[in-house]
Amino acid sequence: MSVISIPDFNQTIPIDKVGVEERVSRLNKRSIKKESKVQALKLALSMIDLTTLEGKDSEGKVIQMCSKARVPYAPMPQLPSVAAVCVYPNMVATAKKALKGTGIYVASVATAFPSGMAQLQVKLDDTKFAVDSGADEIDMVISRGEFLKGNYNFIFDEIAAIKEACGEAHLKVILETGELETYENVRTASDIAMYAGADFIKTSTGKISPAATQPVTLVMLEAIRDFYGDTGIMVGMKPAGGIRKAKEALQYLVLVKETLGAAWLTPNWFRFGASSLTNDLLMQIVKQETGVYQSLHYFSED
Amino acid sequence: MSDRIDVLKTYKTYVGGKFPRSESDRTYKVNNSNDKVVANACRCTRKDVRDAVLAARTASKDWSGRSAYNRGQVLYRIAEMLEGRKDQFIRELELLGMKSKEAVYEVELSVDRLIYYAGWTDKYPQVFGTVNPVASSHFNFSAPEPTGVVGIIASDEDPLLSIISLIAPVIAGGNTCVILASESNPLPAVSFGEVLHASDVPAGVVNILTGYREEMVDHLSSHMDVNAVLNTIFDKETRKLIDENASISVKRVVHYDSKNWADDTHENPYLILDFQETKTTWHPVGV
Repeated sequence: MSVISIPDFNQTIPIDKVGVEERVSRLNKRSIKKESKVQALKLALSMIDLTTLEGKDSEGKVIQMCSKARVPYAPMPQLPSVAAVCVYPNMVATAKKALKGTGIYVASVATAFPSGMAQLQVKLDDTKFAVDSGADEIDMVISRGEFLKGNYNFIFDEIAAIKEACGEAHLKVILETGELETYENVRTASDIAMYAGADFIKTSTGKISPAATQPVTLVMLEAIRDFYGDTGIMVGMKPAGGIRKAKEALQYLVLVKETLGAAWLTPNWFRFGASSLTNDLLMQIVKQETGVYQSLHYFSED
Repeated sequence: MSDRIDVLKTYKTYVGGKFPRSESDRTYKVNNSNDKVVANACRCTRKDVRDAVLAARTASKDWSGRSAYNRGQVLYRIAEMLEGRKDQFIRELELLGMKSKEAVYEVELSVDRLIYYAGWTDKYPQVFGTVNPVASSHFNFSAPEPTGVVGIIASDEDPLLSIISLIAPVIAGGNTCVILASESNPLPAVSFGEVLHASDVPAGVVNILTGYREEMVDHLSSHMDVNAVLNTIFDKETRKLIDENASISVKRVVHYDSKNWADDTHENPYLILDFQETKTTWHPVGV
């Protein structure tokens, strides 16, 4: 492969805030009905990273979530399973064992998630532990404090170091856009992450509000498009946190299709970091099948 | 003076503590008893039913968790607010073609009925709860608990009094509800929404939709998140549809045969019990 020249991250790429928000609201008005809606709902289901990242997580809960990941809704076994489960490093082994024999990946957050406030060595150890436990994907957080100070080299080197520690595992870089303040910062952080070797860029940890928003996602998708144009390397996208409704999920799919094209519309290149979204998607799918509005009482929580 | 064009009010719906128009933005004309158009009302359909049920479900947890005493206070507050707006309701009933005397009677009886159910909220669990003798060493007792979300298909007769007679026992028992107001006389129901809004009823406990019944009954009675249906329509086909739809999720269905809403059979704690589930607890003793 030819040598990739790394751009000067101090050059701000201007983002038209009004333009981005207008484009999102324009794309949100697109109506998806009937057969295409069912297809889109199933596609969205297959793109989910079923997530549990709570202090009270236990092996039991992770095992239960893994069975939901395998068969999201028992009365309809033909539905796709989700793309991955996302857990803390010390739950990776449990999840790996519970998902043995399925194609479902195990993703683990690492690098002192969610704050990222730790020494590099601690972060590397955290990552290695997760990878050694069997994680297929690592979700790292960037050091937002250093980023906001303008210490871009620090961010770049840190991501590159973690990428090396990941080995075979895919690396998702969480920008935590809720703390980056501006769209320009989101764009810069996206570029740094991609040039430093990210396989995926991800909006949020889900611990900060606002988490994933559509305008932020659009800015990141455009960064991915430009990166692909410059280097020919495809990078995946994962909005995470706050996506609860099937309708929103479909709107995200429209954003991806219109910005990156159909090649990105697979679980390999686009994911939803969510937990409650799963049940809303299932309720909509069952509604489409039966014509009857559904109740959450009939769907398992985990 | 007579050259002036009338400004007809478009009555909006009451869903989740707000007054939205129908999702489709469509309205229909409401006539009085002389077939003169007196107002417009929203023509709600499937998606409005969906939104209203969601609002009722969301409100259910808070409302059923309130203390019985507090629910009584809230019902009493509705009665107070209705009393304060008596004149408006009398005028509206007259507009629909009711005689003044009848209108006054209907509004006053409505207020009294609310007070009646306000008094029952902390008493019906005592009356209907039981301590059950069992052979094992358990303290065994049963208590009524709210069913959940109740879909109410309101009557065309006595539009204000009937709707209050239907709502009061349902919410007194800790349920939330979605009401399909009378198709021909929806105005008092919607104005009652304004009263609810001004009293302390939490958003979503009572949701009022207007429109053509046949466009909504099917979706309301088949909705899996509705736990019970209270129907006042006599039409056989409608009753059959409700019964069949309710069977999908095994909803409670109550059909009312009443035509006379002023009748004191509507002041009866058993009407609260219609939308209660019995929970029995086995508590070990002496072990």
